[in-house]
Amino acid sequence: MSTTLPNPKLGRRGFLKAGVAAAGGLFIGFHLPESDKLEAATTSTAKLNAFIHIGSDDTVLFSIHKSEMGQGPQTSLSQLLAEELDCDWKQVRTEFAPVDPAYGPLQGTFGSMSIRTCWDPLRKAGASARDMLLEAAAQKWGVAKSQLRTEKGQVINTATNARLSYGSLADAAGKLPAPAKVAVKDPKDFHLIGTSPKRLDTHLKVNGSAEFGLDARRPGMVYAVLQRCPVFGGKVASFDATKTKAVPGVKDVVQISRGVAVIADNTWSAMEGRRALQVQYDEGKNANLSSAGIRELFVNLAQKPGAVARNDGDVTSALANGAKKLEAVYEVPYLSHAPMEPMNCTADVRPDSCEVWVSTQIQTAAMGTAAKITGLHPDKIQIHTMYLGGGFGRRGGDDFVSEAVEISKAIGKPVKLTWSREDDMQHDLYRPASYTKFAGALDKDGWPVAWNTRVVCPSFGGLRNGVDRTSVEGIIDLEYAIPNFHVDYHPPDVDIPTTYWRSVGFSQNTFFSESFLDELAAAGGKDPLEFRRRLLAKSPRLLGVLELAAAKAGWGKPLPAGHARGIAVVNNIGSYNAQVAEVSVDQGKLRVHRVVCAVDCGHVINPAGVEQQIQSGIVYGLSAAMKGAITIERGRVVQGNFNHYDVLRINEMPVVEVHIVPSQAAPGGIGEASTPTIIPAVANAIYAATGKRLRKLPILPEDLA
Amino acid sequence: MAVSFTLNGKPQTVDVSPQMPLLWVLRDSLGMTGTKFGCGMALCGACTVHINGQPVRSCVTPISSVAGKTVTTIEGLSSDNSHPVQRAWLEVDVPQCGYCQSGQIMTAAGLLKKTAHPTDADIDEAMHGNICRCGTYQMIRQAVHLAAQYQAASNSDGHENKGRA
Repeated sequence: MSTTLPNPKLGRRGFLKAGVAAAGGLFIGFHLPESDKLEAATTSTAKLNAFIHIGSDDTVLFSIHKSEMGQGPQTSLSQLLAEELDCDWKQVRTEFAPVDPAYGPLQGTFGSMSIRTCWDPLRKAGASARDMLLEAAAQKWGVAKSQLRTEKGQVINTATNARLSYGSLADAAGKLPAPAKVAVKDPKDFHLIGTSPKRLDTHLKVNGSAEFGLDARRPGMVYAVLQRCPVFGGKVASFDATKTKAVPGVKDVVQISRGVAVIADNTWSAMEGRRALQVQYDEGKNANLSSAGIRELFVNLAQKPGAVARNDGDVTSALANGAKKLEAVYEVPYLSHAPMEPMNCTADVRPDSCEVWVSTQIQTAAMGTAAKITGLHPDKIQIHTMYLGGGFGRRGGDDFVSEAVEISKAIGKPVKLTWSREDDMQHDLYRPASYTKFAGALDKDGWPVAWNTRVVCPSFGGLRNGVDRTSVEGIIDLEYAIPNFHVDYHPPDVDIPTTYWRSVGFSQNTFFSESFLDELAAAGGKDPLEFRRRLLAKSPRLLGVLELAAAKAGWGKPLPAGHARGIAVVNNIGSYNAQVAEVSVDQGKLRVHRVVCAVDCGHVINPAGVEQQIQSGIVYGLSAAMKGAITIERGRVVQGNFNHYDVLRINEMPVVEVHIVPSQAAPGGIGEASTPTIIPAVANAIYAATGKRLRKLPILPEDLA
Repeated sequence: MAVSFTLNGKPQTVDVSPQMPLLWVLRDSLGMTGTKFGCGMALCGACTVHINGQPVRSCVTPISSVAGKTVTTIEGLSSDNSHPVQRAWLEVDVPQCGYCQSGQIMTAAGLLKKTAHPTDADIDEAMHGNICRCGTYQMIRQAVHLAAQYQAASNSDGHENKGRA
């Protein structure tokens, strides 16, 4: 089995440090996974490019510049590199890359973009390294490169059948310039891309040895928790740490920009110390903010036109002249990401340097934050990317990094800052709430002629011509053939921090639009599948997944009494998926029995990975559909832990079937593909089962009784 | 207060506050970070260890209550990923982010000791307290059934289970 370095947090610099520099700095010692003993005397490693290092023992070390938060880049990116390098998969090891411009101006992992953005460059990096190894062999043998071929980590002279291992050529290859241009394989020659080797991280994740951010440990490290103002935008006015300092294990109390840090010799003592802390806050202008008030703001905004996000035809007259008109309002609450690993960061700020160990989705931001706070040049800062105990968008933030760096700077020691679950839930950057109005009209035959949507949703990011495209994605990009189509948008100004949440705008808008489309189908007396089929006649990939999901789910075929099916389809992150959910509702109790998902994500690198991510996204979406709601009272988040913000559990897990559409199209994303679709598929199935149209999440038992 | 107990087969003594939860003793005092912090209120299962063979939430277990007992953590399940549950987890490739998996595996190992051939309902009953935000539940279910087969096979072969759990 392939393995990773025993200590991923060591990173490239640690890896370099562990070794002995030799000729031209190309050779470095190798920290063998089989033992902690330094084998510098017998093993050296050459760097062929930013992604590939080859050891004299034939070990292949890949630098993975994407964060591993479960979505599998450690394995899938290695497949891209190994395919073109033509190395032996068993020799592959990985490390998490340092921050380096070689990995792009914004080094990070978001938007389901890893495969989409690495598909070309990583295959080329593999091919380039292979070419350098071929060149080195050609020079060594004094023959033409054209008479050489490669196989499983060896260069073979086709004239003589002589072989040289990559390890024996790595030194010479590392001194060669990278080829200006390389060809990548014809997909028909792939032997690794399109297969499902075991994940490279599993063996570390079944025995507790995978090191997450929260597992970082440094000599002399102290432990911190931070008391923040519970009200968004509020500040600490004053505090009394007398009782805190009396708690055994507490060493120090320091104020930083975001709160009061309690420092102790273990996490629990720091938490106990914080419990004893007396803090007065300046709660600021949000002290009276509440979910009810926020909703009122949304409702008022929704009365008047917003910035136009899409406008086809003449929706006003089409609505006026339609044979049948339909109106509906859809709502979703704020949501927390709630990854299993609460936010945390370990920082060691020294006068001349700074190291940070963190589960982050954006390394460049972590480095920039550390540089800003310490005043150090980025060259003096090392960001060690750890395994992420879930990300889902939350770990794109740098708030936890800034806190840890500030604390370490203040106390002059390495410190591990741990957020409690309550800290994590009450100081998240949230998926924004949304209040969205729909109006639609059908012609006399029951086909839609007008679609009008007004989205009221705090902006995820910036506005352009008054529109945050992210807040209206999943509506403005609908491909249904409806001649008069209008979308406008209001970004209410609410002081609750927001950020990306798995599938972002689609997480709410696909629920809205695929449910409202179902309403139109029902109003027109049409079968939901037939309705979509006709309206998507010119969208072959959407139609493809729709037909496949329907066929595999047995759409229209009899079900047990009380069961019903719902269908939904989406194109997001460069991929397409349709889902058929089978549910039952018994005395207010919703049960999702089975979900059939058909997905077209273009060329598939790792089918098992695709299946995992589809399952994963469905569970994430079901938690939002059935459970999740963050509410605000007195400017603070009400929910603090999983007792009040529950998530899907194993006893609620439906059977999920995944069917992949074979494709040679460029790869799409997968991590966020299935989250939007499951919610309307379930809501539409509930309608089919009960006649109740659910327009508000989460779906509560009282909505179904 | 000095507390002595058996940890992964070896005697262990720690001198900490008696109320300090076993979780933080393991993670911060002893540097055994395989056991995870998720909620601090026994709501998520990430911190599950075995005490005298029973799955227990270490985040709400004061160290004083562990005196004289036998504690097994994920690090002590086997020395070489050979416990039937670990083997099944490897075969099915269960983990995604992996953060909850120490707790999932310890809970599953506890279930299989009590119930050699669990039904889906048994799995739900034993494991609904372990949250996985990556949604590996279907794979966990599959892997628990496979682990039951591995356990039965190793028992019928007369091999001793290498794990101490």
